[in-house]
Amino acid sequence: MFAQEAYLDNSATTRVYPEVAAEMQQVMEKKYGNASSLHRRGSEAERILHASRRTIAKILGVKSEEIIFTSGGTEANNLAVLGMARRNIRRGNHLITTVIEHASVLGPFKKLEQEGFTVSYLLPDKQGLIDPAKVVAALTPQTILVSIMHINNEIGSVQPLSQISAAVKAKNQAVLLHVDAVQSFCKLPLNPVEHGIDALSLSAHKIHGPKGTGALYLRRDVLLQPLFWGGEHEKGLRPGTENIPGIAGMALAARLSDQNRKEKADRLQNLKEKLISAIQTAHPRAILNGPRKEEGAPHIFNLSFPGLKGEIVLHALEQEHIYVSTGAACHAHSKNPSHVLQALQLKQDTLEGALRFSLSYLNTAAEVDYAATKINEVVHALKKFQARR
Amino acid sequence: MQKIYMDHGATTPLDGEVLAAMLPYLQGKYGNPSSLHFHGREARAGLETAREKTARALGAYPEEIIFTSGGTEANNMVIQGVARYFSAGERRHIITSAIEHHAVLDTVAYLGRTGFDVTFLPVDRYGLVDPEELAAKITAKTILVTVMTANNEIGTIQPIDEIGRICRQKGVYFHTDAVQAVGNIPFNLKEQPIDMLSLSAHKFYGPKGVGALYIRQKTGIKQLIFGGAQENKLRPGTENLPGIVGLGRAIEMATTGMEAKTGALRELRDRLIAGLLQIEDVRLNGHPQKRLPGNVNVSVLYVEGESLLLHLDLKGIAVSSGSACTAGSLEPSYVLLATGLDRQTAQGSLRLTLGRDNTPAEVDYTLQAVQEIVTKLREMSPLFK
Repeated sequence: MFAQEAYLDNSATTRVYPEVAAEMQQVMEKKYGNASSLHRRGSEAERILHASRRTIAKILGVKSEEIIFTSGGTEANNLAVLGMARRNIRRGNHLITTVIEHASVLGPFKKLEQEGFTVSYLLPDKQGLIDPAKVVAALTPQTILVSIMHINNEIGSVQPLSQISAAVKAKNQAVLLHVDAVQSFCKLPLNPVEHGIDALSLSAHKIHGPKGTGALYLRRDVLLQPLFWGGEHEKGLRPGTENIPGIAGMALAARLSDQNRKEKADRLQNLKEKLISAIQTAHPRAILNGPRKEEGAPHIFNLSFPGLKGEIVLHALEQEHIYVSTGAACHAHSKNPSHVLQALQLKQDTLEGALRFSLSYLNTAAEVDYAATKINEVVHALKKFQARR
Repeated sequence: MQKIYMDHGATTPLDGEVLAAMLPYLQGKYGNPSSLHFHGREARAGLETAREKTARALGAYPEEIIFTSGGTEANNMVIQGVARYFSAGERRHIITSAIEHHAVLDTVAYLGRTGFDVTFLPVDRYGLVDPEELAAKITAKTILVTVMTANNEIGTIQPIDEIGRICRQKGVYFHTDAVQAVGNIPFNLKEQPIDMLSLSAHKFYGPKGVGALYIRQKTGIKQLIFGGAQENKLRPGTENLPGIVGLGRAIEMATTGMEAKTGALRELRDRLIAGLLQIEDVRLNGHPQKRLPGNVNVSVLYVEGESLLLHLDLKGIAVSSGSACTAGSLEPSYVLLATGLDRQTAQGSLRLTLGRDNTPAEVDYTLQAVQEIVTKLREMSPLFK
C-alpha cells in the first residue's frame, strides 16, 4: 500500500477483512476435511458448513436449508435464472428482466432466448429506476419469472423491490421473483420474506469476503434445475466438494459487515454525498449519472466530466493512487460503452466521460478528503491540457 | 491419541507453501483481474502466472487452461459443453465407463435424458476398460469418449493413451477426468492424445473451491455459465484469485520430483496392502500394479465397511468406505459392483488413501488397529463362523 491511497473501486472487488483472512487461514490449515467424509475430519468440516449457512440465513431472516453455496455471484445468478426457467418451463415460456442487469443475469437470459423462451427487457427512467407498473404491464399468462437487481452496480440505483413484488404477485401469485443482491447484501435492509422474493444472489468478495464464494437463497418449494450434476451436495442443486474456507470466510465477512449496518451505511452515504459535493463544487459541469446524490445506494455513484474520456481520468487518478473504474469490471476491457449508461440515454460525451466510484465500510473520511482534493486537481490539469490543444 | 489421516482421495491438507502463496491475494493483492488500474493489473499478473504454471505442469499451452470452481464443474463443463456444441447436428452419442465419478456419470446420464445416446462401458474385475471394446462401440454418431485416468475408489489406472489414440483415429473427442491422477501420474499433453482433462486442486495439497480444465486448442465446446469475458469467455465470473494462485503453486509442487515421491508412496501402499492381506478373508479390490500410488481398497468379508470406518475413527484413523461423495448412502459401491463383486463383499469395503505425510509407523499402527477391530466385529457377526 502507498502512503496516501484511496481504493474507490469496491463494486469491482473489496479487500478481505483481516479477521476473515485469519479465519480462512485457520480453516485451511486445521480443518481441511471433506464435509462429506464420515470420520471426524469430515464432521469438523461439516459443522463449519452448517454454522456458515446459519449465519447467512440469519442475516437474511430465512431458513438455513434455503441457502445454497456457489462459486460466486455469477454462478448464483446463472443457477437462479437458467435453473428456474428451465425447471418451470411447463408453466410458461415468458420471462421479464431489465436492460440494466449485470452481465451474469443478461447472459443467461440471452441463452434462454436461444432455448425458445421469450424475454421482455424493461427500460429504466433517467434515474435508473424500474417502474413497478411497467413490470406488471409486461406480465402475460405465460410469464414464469421476473429477475430484477436490487442495487445497480454501475450507477447505484435502488429498485423498489417490495412494490415490484407486491404488484407482480397481486396479478399472478405463481410468478417467481429473482433478485441479484450482489451489491446490496449487508448494505441495505434485505429480507426475502418481507420483500416477497423467491431467489436472491449473493457474492462474498463484494463484502470483504473471499473471491470464489457466493450463495443463492432459494425459497423452499421453488423448483430449480441444477447447472452441474454429480452428487448430493447442497441438496443436489450444486454438487461438488464444498469450498469450506471460502464459505467460512463469506459467513464471517457477512457477520462483520452486517454489524451496525445502519450506522455504517449512513456513514457511507455521508461520505458519498461529501465527495459528490466536493467534485461538483469544483467542477460545476460534472454530471451525476443515475440517482440524485441523496438517493441511490450509499456506496455507488457514477459521474461524468464531459469532454474528458473516463479512461484518461482513471489512469491520471491512478498516478495519485486513487482507484476507480469506468464501469463494470467485467466489461472494463470492452470498447463498447456501458449498456447501463446507454439505457439512461446519456449524450455521447457524458457516456464517454463516465466514471464509477464505489466506497466500502473500510474507506475512511481521510481517504475521501484526499480523493476529493486529488480528483479536482487531476481534472483541472487534464482540462487545461485539453484546452491548450 | 494418534491422528492418522488416510483419506487423501477425499481431500488433502493444504500445503504450507501453497497457503503462503495464497495469503497475499487475500489481503494486499486484492484487485479484480478485470480492473484497468494497478490493483487489477497486479491481480491479472497473478492469474496468468498461475495459468503458466498449470500449463507447464501438464505440458500444455497456457491458453489451453481454463480455471473453474473445482473438479465437478470442470467435468460438467466439458461434457455438457461438447454435447451442446454438437446438439444441433446428427451426432449425438457419448461413451463413458461404468465406474466414473458421479460428476461424470450423472452428467452423462442427464444428457441421456435429453436426447443423447449414451454407452456405459463395462470394466473387468480389476476395473479396467477394454480399449478394443471401446473401439467397437464408437460409431459415426459418437462425439465424445470420457474415461477417467484413475479411479477414485479402487485406484485403477486406465490405458488412457491407448484409448486416446483410438479416439483420434476415429475422429472423436477424448476427455479424461484426471482429478485423482494429477500429482500421481505424469502428463505431457502436447504429446498425449487427450483433448480435454479435468483436475481439482484440493486433491494435490491445494485449496478447495478451485479446479481447472485443459481444453486443446480448436476443440469445439460451448459454455455452461454466461455473463462475462473471463477465462476466454468460457467461464465468466470474477476469478477466485487466491484459489487459482494456490492451484498454480500446488500443481507446480506436486509435479516436481514426482517420481521419487510416488515411489515412496508406492512402497508404503504395498506395505499396507501386504499387511491387510495377512488378515483372514480380506481381498484386494482394483489392480495389483496398475493403481494409484497411494490407493488401497480392500473388502473385509463378514464386516460392514462403515462400522469398520467408524471404529477406526475412534482410534484416530481417518479412512473411507468408498468415495466421500457417496458416504452415508447405504448402497454398496457401484464401482465395486461393476468389477463383479457381490453386494455383501462390496459392503465390506474399506478405502485407505495414503499421502506424503504418512509414515511406515502409521501404516503399522493402522494394520494393528484394523486387525483388532475386524476380530471384534467378526465375533459379533452371525455370518462369520
